[in-house]
Amino acid sequence: MSGLGMYGSAFPSPVPILAMAGGDGVSVAHYLVVGAILFTAGIVCMAVKRNALGVLMGIELVLNGANVNFVAFASPYLRGQGAVALGIDGQVIALFVILLAAAEAAVALAITLNFYNNHATVDVDRADNLKG
Amino acid sequence: MTGCVMLAAVNFHTMLFYLFAILACGFAIGVVLADNVVRMALYLVFSLGATAGLFFLAGAEFIGAMQLMIYVGGTLVLLVFGVMLTAQAPFVSIKTSTGDRVLAGVVAASLLALLLQAALSVDAWRRPGLGEVGPPAATPIGTALVGIRVDDPPGAPAAGVRSGYLLPFEIVSVHLLVVLVGAAYLARAKRRRTARAIEVAASVEPAAEPRLRSTGAGAASALAQGGVR
Repeated sequence: MSGLGMYGSAFPSPVPILAMAGGDGVSVAHYLVVGAILFTAGIVCMAVKRNALGVLMGIELVLNGANVNFVAFASPYLRGQGAVALGIDGQVIALFVILLAAAEAAVALAITLNFYNNHATVDVDRADNLKG
Repeated sequence: MTGCVMLAAVNFHTMLFYLFAILACGFAIGVVLADNVVRMALYLVFSLGATAGLFFLAGAEFIGAMQLMIYVGGTLVLLVFGVMLTAQAPFVSIKTSTGDRVLAGVVAASLLALLLQAALSVDAWRRPGLGEVGPPAATPIGTALVGIRVDDPPGAPAAGVRSGYLLPFEIVSVHLLVVLVGAAYLARAKRRRTARAIEVAASVEPAAEPRLRSTGAGAASALAQGGVR
């Protein structure tokens, strides 16, 4: 029976940050940690990428991180003792976020292609026509 | 026999959660660290796909399916098309300067510390889930979108009338139509001005600066042409 403890109820977290969320099973806090990491990665991606498409991908990551939080708070499966789950509300809002992300990607991509056609580059540092 | 017992002892939900969480976070960090835009698009596909797995594990099967269909199937195809249309040799990998990278690392660490502190500060969120399996979510979501609520939020006191989502649903429908028309208008087939922009840039600053600094003039003339036409 060696090895039972490894995958038993006290499953050790392979990620130190996730271990901070504590507990035996998966809790809402585990999902919040994942959402925070996705959000931070998206913010950094938006800030440092010089390719306009890289900035778009950062926006997708940020929206996705927010969606992870919405779904976690909505989930009856992850709801701990004495807490309240959002239920369907959180899932509907996550659905709206996905739809708006798709719409945003379509328009932003069209703008990027126009920028590429006019400036012959996708480097956002070159988009300084309005600089005073 | 021993194998069966060991298999039964494995907490598959927790194990799969860690698998998908590591995939999602790892590939998201890969998007940040990669310089090649094609690799960034690939990593983003994997990250969003792993997030769909997290949604399934949280019991939001409808949202997970929508994530796979709309995000991975639609938005990412759009982004990959953008990558392919603009992936000329100089733009495939635009490097970020080392100073920017260091600054971004500091900002990311402090932002992550703030978010983690907020996420882990509430005790109710840290209690392990009760594992209560709700009814399939597709029907309540569908009826809520047309304004009729048939669900009951778990753990909440019996509430009165909860509002549906008919008005946001209509607004999003019209919004999608407007976006469709607008994107089609913005990205409509035009005469390519790339060669023209380079030509104008070369004529305004003859060989002084080959970095295309003055493509603004090219854009302005192109705009003027568009207005005349």
